[in-house]
Amino acid sequence: MCLAIPGKIIELDAQNAHLAVVDVVGVRRRVDLGLLHDEPPMVGDWVLIHVGFAMSKISESDAVDQMRTLTMLGEAAAAMQEVRGYGLENEEPEAPSERWKQ
Amino acid sequence: MKFVDEFRNPELIAKTGEEIRRLADPARHYRIMEVCGGHTHAIYRFGLKDLLPSNVELIHGPGCPVCVLPMGRIDDGLSLAAQPNFIFAAFGDMMRVPGTHGSPLEYKARGMDVRIVYSPADALKLARSNPQKHVMFFAIGFETTAPSTALTILRASTEGLHNFSVFCNHVTIIPAIRAILDSPDMRLDGFVGPGHVSTVIGCRPYDWIAKDEGKPVVVSGFEPLDILQSIVMLLHQLRNGEAKVENQYKRVVPWEGNRAALRAMAEVFDLRPYFEWRGLGFISQSALKIRRSYAEWDSEQRFSVPGVRVTDPKAAQCGEVLKGVLKPAQCKLFGRECTPEQPVGALMVSSEGSCAAYYNYEHRKPVTIARAAAN
Amino acid sequence: MATPVSKIRFREPQIEMAHGAGGKASRRLVEGLFAPLLYGSSPGPLGDAAHIQINGTRIAMTTDSFVVKPLQFPGGSIGELAINGTVNDLAVSGAKAEAIVVTYILEAGLATDILEAEVRAMGQAAVEAGVMIAGGDTKVVDHGQADQMYITTTGIGRLLSGVAISAQSVCPGDQVLLSGPIGDHGITILLARGDLDLEAELRSDTRSVLPLVQALVREAGAGVRWMRDPTRGGAATSLNELARDCGHGIVLFEEKLPVRDSVRGACELLGLDPLHIANEGQFLAIVSSAHADLALRALRATPGGEQAQIIGEVREQPASAVLVTTPYGGSRLVDMLVGDPLPRIC
Repeated sequence: MCLAIPGKIIELDAQNAHLAVVDVVGVRRRVDLGLLHDEPPMVGDWVLIHVGFAMSKISESDAVDQMRTLTMLGEAAAAMQEVRGYGLENEEPEAPSERWKQ
Repeated sequence: MKFVDEFRNPELIAKTGEEIRRLADPARHYRIMEVCGGHTHAIYRFGLKDLLPSNVELIHGPGCPVCVLPMGRIDDGLSLAAQPNFIFAAFGDMMRVPGTHGSPLEYKARGMDVRIVYSPADALKLARSNPQKHVMFFAIGFETTAPSTALTILRASTEGLHNFSVFCNHVTIIPAIRAILDSPDMRLDGFVGPGHVSTVIGCRPYDWIAKDEGKPVVVSGFEPLDILQSIVMLLHQLRNGEAKVENQYKRVVPWEGNRAALRAMAEVFDLRPYFEWRGLGFISQSALKIRRSYAEWDSEQRFSVPGVRVTDPKAAQCGEVLKGVLKPAQCKLFGRECTPEQPVGALMVSSEGSCAAYYNYEHRKPVTIARAAAN
Repeated sequence: MATPVSKIRFREPQIEMAHGAGGKASRRLVEGLFAPLLYGSSPGPLGDAAHIQINGTRIAMTTDSFVVKPLQFPGGSIGELAINGTVNDLAVSGAKAEAIVVTYILEAGLATDILEAEVRAMGQAAVEAGVMIAGGDTKVVDHGQADQMYITTTGIGRLLSGVAISAQSVCPGDQVLLSGPIGDHGITILLARGDLDLEAELRSDTRSVLPLVQALVREAGAGVRWMRDPTRGGAATSLNELARDCGHGIVLFEEKLPVRDSVRGACELLGLDPLHIANEGQFLAIVSSAHADLALRALRATPGGEQAQIIGEVREQPASAVLVTTPYGGSRLVDMLVGDPLPRIC
């Protein structure tokens, strides 16, 4: 129920305010922006496309945050290994779930 | 591909896999359900099960709108479109789904005008360019897709386009999850929540799963790193004895959902008092119908629908597989009478149905065979 | 070893589009209906081209039909496909096409301009492929039939020396080579039909692969076990056929598969797998591991072969199946196509 792909808005339709051309690595399709009526996207914005409609704007900063969190995953574990090596067995490991708190 | 390739980074996937293995308590057996058929497909497509320790089990949920569509509805749709000068338009997913007398593609081979569309907007376009014909759009999908159908009906109404109607089979996800949790044989520890449905309904609708049922829910994206990170988040909650709703798919899912989409749906749709779900039976308030104010664009209000009911063969254990009680390979018909090419039950008819996905991508894999042999 | 006359009898009451799509349904039709009735008591392997002995000389022969819609598309047209397709079928069976005969089935009402354009394209393609058009036949059918035009080409050719193609000679350890990016043709056609409202700078890859095959055979012929041009049904279908014929497993490395960005984008948008998409200018080759590097270099050094890749290898498991692995350790089976690939939204 869920095939949706990120695409970049490269052109807004001059005649039809609710239509735009979106590019997905060189493939272009006209997409209806009607569901983003409350926060209309601009040329250059990235949107999630499903059945020819833009469902949501994609937040670059949230994507970067997520990558940062994932990159630190292994590091947190490695750091804890080191800490254990110091013989501090009773240390409570940090609860990384704090990072994803709403 | 931006916003795709980063989330398929092999090193990070390996790291996240290690984190899962580190977090999974060897004394526990975790049963996590991914609700959405798109997640089922992604799990198989990316071979993610190979990365999980054997005590983290993924159970496939009922979020496959093609699978849960009763055969009678397909028969109804096809018999409506059998009228002269009708065009039957539907997504590719529907084209090989068998009705009692054949699938849409087989009807096409016998002369019906059947068209595959990528978007309901394309179905409307067909109506514009074929004024002498009536275009019937066979609509399927959960809340991800329903707003697009709603908007298309609104556009048809604004344009005054009358040779267009929608045969509406949109269903809603929450009642399906409730049916799973109400099932007595069910034992689940948490849910990987449907990321794209949530772009429309937001994350609040899952609160009761955490608060009343005590199960954590992590709303997840569809790339390998998304799904794996969601499992990490679930394992953290389970380790800490927590049950809350979290949003892993922040870059796309707004916590409050998409107001414009919900408005469009509310304008055009109403809830059916009940609807039959293949494999799950009748569920109340679980499907959408088109309001009387838009009757002109509702195939069921404009034309007379036979209202066929077709029951699945008793031997097909779709209901149990849908609820995660049985694994696909445990159904007696799996791989024998029931294959993707000759589907008997609901979960074989769509490529993201648990049985079809398992059959196509997994069951003859050496690692799967080895694991099964070891059990 | 002859492919056994299949126990699959063809029981389906009517012919569907799937039976022509080159995948499982096609195979059922061929093995269950054509083979038992046409191939006599000792049918040969059901490959694309036949090798026939006439008075001590071995000749390769093949035939193919072209019904593509639209007739013209970016990168080519039906006339070019008709020549290149047959030249390629012969090439991957280890033969150089010498002569082709052509059948046209034309729809009454077809504009002469359109026919002329295709005949020109065909002539040009034949010159480029170095093959002679030796004759042909034309039929005209009622308006409403033949969808403007259908073309059949039948070609004969001389076997190249230094190569012996056989699925049975394929064994674990052999490498899987691919001549270039997959998916270009099928996606171009899909977009050209206009139903999906997608646009891309994409062209069909239709061309003769003979020069590449000749280079491969010249440099590494002793190690070449099997070749196939992955047309309808894509690379997945061709490799599944091989896996079934030889009984071994084929393991592909996903990160090694050459796929153009726009093909990838279209496939992601539509939920399609590039491995199932038709190609008209590429070929697969199974080469012994001892010859694989030499083979790859030979292809890359030949104009048009620069993007050739080793995309996988033959292993014992999974027997008779094709597996795709990811760089992070996941894997999935990839089966033969059933019918034409359908876009999906789920």
